Formats: sequence, structure tokens, C-alpha cells
Amino acid sequence: MIEVKHVVKSFDGGEPVLKDISAVFEAGKVNMIIGPSGSGKTVLLKSIIGLHRVDSGRIEYDGRNLPDMRMKDIRLLRREVGMLFQGAALFDSMTVLQNVLFPLEMFSPDPPARQVERAKFCLRRVNLEEDKYGLMPSEISGGMQKRVAIARAIALQPKYLFCDEPNSGLDPRTSLVIDRLIAELTREFGMTTIVNSHDMNSIMEIGDHIVFIEHGAKVWQGSRTDILHADCQELDDFVFASDLFKKIKQSSTH
Amino acid sequence: MLASFILDSIRTTGRYALLMRKVFARPERGRMFFRQFVQEVGKLGLQSLPIVIIISVFIGAIMTIQTKLNTENPILPAYTTGLVTRDTLLLEFSSTIMCLILAGKVGSNIASEIGTMRITEQIDALEIMGINSASYLILPRIAAFVLMMPLLVVYSMAIGLFGGYCVGVFSDIITVSDYLLGIQYAFIPYYIFYSVVKSLVFAFIIASVASFYGYYVKGGALDVGRASTSAVVNSSVLILFFNLVITNLMLN
Repeated sequence: MIEVKHVVKSFDGGEPVLKDISAVFEAGKVNMIIGPSGSGKTVLLKSIIGLHRVDSGRIEYDGRNLPDMRMKDIRLLRREVGMLFQGAALFDSMTVLQNVLFPLEMFSPDPPARQVERAKFCLRRVNLEEDKYGLMPSEISGGMQKRVAIARAIALQPKYLFCDEPNSGLDPRTSLVIDRLIAELTREFGMTTIVNSHDMNSIMEIGDHIVFIEHGAKVWQGSRTDILHADCQELDDFVFASDLFKKIKQSSTH
Repeated sequence: MLASFILDSIRTTGRYALLMRKVFARPERGRMFFRQFVQEVGKLGLQSLPIVIIISVFIGAIMTIQTKLNTENPILPAYTTGLVTRDTLLLEFSSTIMCLILAGKVGSNIASEIGTMRITEQIDALEIMGINSASYLILPRIAAFVLMMPLLVVYSMAIGLFGGYCVGVFSDIITVSDYLLGIQYAFIPYYIFYSVVKSLVFAFIIASVASFYGYYVKGGALDVGRASTSAVVNSSVLILFFNLVITNLMLN
């Protein structure tokens, strides 16, 4: 479980980008941070991971407060973390298999043969065909790159999984595959998963717990079914901006 | 204007020093460091050999022709051309000028490679895995280039002298015997040591400054290009400055 308590973050002493945000992200659930572009959700996610130092507040990983940690301890904690980046962030100079093998070679105490076995298991788990293992990231599609990135993220069996806009640049069908994969792996490994997204399909498909932020402040939180009945104008303006979702809300309220 | 330039320079030097502190940390996995190191030896060192050969052989030949034309004087001994060519190659061309050329080739390569990794979040991915990205990416590059540069410099000296020899063989500008006498006459082995010391310092400057500019890129492809240019310009200026300092310390 990750708990964020009264987090404030500003850059170069300017206006706070995150204003006193508190939220609980539970284990075994897909927790989503949603909000319009520029609302501060990427800053919040990067602050939770420790890529940004917060001005004040607590970020607790099962009771361990990240802002109090020294760099050495943060690095140790990060070995329990997997991350799926918006652009997959695969290493260009390595093949698909080498990308997934990389964290294992760095940190796993297993012998090399077991590491390769584990990497292949992860790639099979994300349904990537074996003939793609030797290809370079530039030789596979965007959806496959995301799957490889997921395989790399779960290689060390992390306790926490972070996904930054996992569907960005993907077609609706591939997005659905990625979303379902994230949800399945979250339950399978009991991970605390935090997904940063503004994709309504994703939110309604896999969001167990949703935190809505706007202008750097938390405005609403609840489950995906709560969204349809939430009494929050800012959330309505964001979620039901399209006619399709307006109709869905109308039909659910009647 | 001047105050802001000085402040900016101090800030940049401070950031560079902090990055170097991160770089010189114990590698997480010795085996992985060694693998990276071997790759960089090939990429930065061995792949630079062709350009070193081409430039050195031509400059050695041209230097011999020009020196001969400028020392066409009956009171100067015939071996003067070989001697001047040798000392110019050993003292300045093969260490300083060759390093300036390699600052362009290797420096821009390092800055653009690390810069691209930064803007495509590959460096963030390393950090999220709990890896000291600065040490993992930069230390093998510095170590490999510092190891290879003296070898490239000595190689350049030999090839440059060979270029001058070719002038004697393929033209009647200078005789081979005069040239060979000149390159052996009053030879001071310390000059090679001086050049090797310079090349070690310059190699560190090129690899570390280029890594610094690449590591702190912000933005997109255009910014990677800018960082690459800044890396080459700044490392070239630093090479010239340290050339003066080292020459003053070692030859004065």
C-alpha cells in the first residue's frame, strides 16, 4: 500500500504544482490518477516514485517514508518498483530479450540460465511471440514495445507498479490489451498499481480506485462505478466531455 | 551581463562536479560494468582508428612538404625537415590537434547518445530500477576513452611520421635518408611522455564534458543537437586551456 499525505510540490519556488494532496493506493488494486492535461498528475506520479523531491508531506511505501530516505535507501526501495513509461523507454541498444533480462542481470542472485528463463517467462506472460525476442525495440510495434516494457517491469517481481499514460499512442484494441494485462498482473502478483491516465476507456475498464486531480489539488476520489453518480462538477466536465459518455451517464441515472 | 555569465559558469561547474561525484561510485555489478567498458573501448577507441589513420598520414605528409619548402636554406642541415616534422607531431599535432578532432567525433557521439536516452526516458527507467544511471552510463565511457586515447595518440605519431616518409619515397621533395636522419636526430623520449599525459587529461575532458551535456538535456531532438554542439565547443575550449597549463608545467 502507498499512502500520500499532504504532499506539496513546487518548482524553483514558484506556485505549488501539487497542493496538499492526500490519497491511499491499495495493494492488489488498479489505482488511477486522472485529470486534464497540466493538472499535475505526472508530477504527482514522479513525486511518488521519487523522481521529484516534494516540498513537504509524506509518501509512505508500506510505512516507509520516501522523502526521509537517503539516496542509497531510495535505490534499494526502487528494486521493489516496476514502471511502464509513456513511450515504453526500452533500451535502444538491446534486443527485446536483453531489455527484460537487464534488471535481472543487475540485481538477481540467480545464475544466468535461470535469469534467461525468468525473462522468457515474463515475455510469454505478456503474450509476446518467441520470434520477436531477438528483435530490436525499433523493429516492433508500439503495442509490442509496451508489452515488453511491462515484462521488464515485472521481471524482478515488484511490489509496486507504476504506469504513466500506458495507452498513449495506441489504437483502442491494443489499449484494451494493455489495460487488461495491467489489471491481470496487478491481481496475480498482488501489486500496488498506480496508473496515470486521462483515457476514459481505461478508467472505466480497469480503474478500481480513482483519484481525480485538477489544478494540482485533489478534487474527488472513488471507484469507477461511483464516477457515474458523483456530485462533482469538475469531474463531470472532465469525464463526460464527450457526447458518448454523456449518454452513458444519462442511461445509468435513468 | 558579465555577472550573469560568471554566475552561470559557477553553477555549471558545480553541477559538473556533483555529476562526477555520482559517476565515480562503485558499479552495482562489476560484470555489467566490464561488459559496458569493453563495448565502449570498441566504439570510442577502435572505431576512431580509421579517422586517426587518415588524418595523421595526410598531415604528416603535408607537414613534411611545407617544412621542406619553408626551410629551403643552405645554412640549415638537410635533416631539419624530418626533425621539425617529428617534434611538431609529437608535441602538438598527435596529442592536442588529434584530441580536438576526436572531441568532435567522440564528444558529439557521447552527448547525443546519452541525451537521446534522457529525452526518451531511458535514464529515468534506469533510475527507477534502482541503478545509479550516471555511474552506469558515464563511468565506462570515461574509463574506456582514457585508456584508448594514449594508444590513439601514439598510433597517430607513428602514422604521421610514416606519412612524411611516404613523401620521401613517392616524390623528390626530400630524400628518404635525410628524412630518416631527421626523425632520429636529437630525439627526446620525454616528449612522448608529455604527449601521453596531455592525452589522458584531454580524454577525461572530452568524455566527461560530453556526458555532462548529454545527461542534463531537457526537451526534444533539437535540444540533443544543441547539447552535442555545446559539448564539442566547451570541451575544445577546455582542451586548449589545459594544453597551455600542462605545457607550462611540463615543458617550461
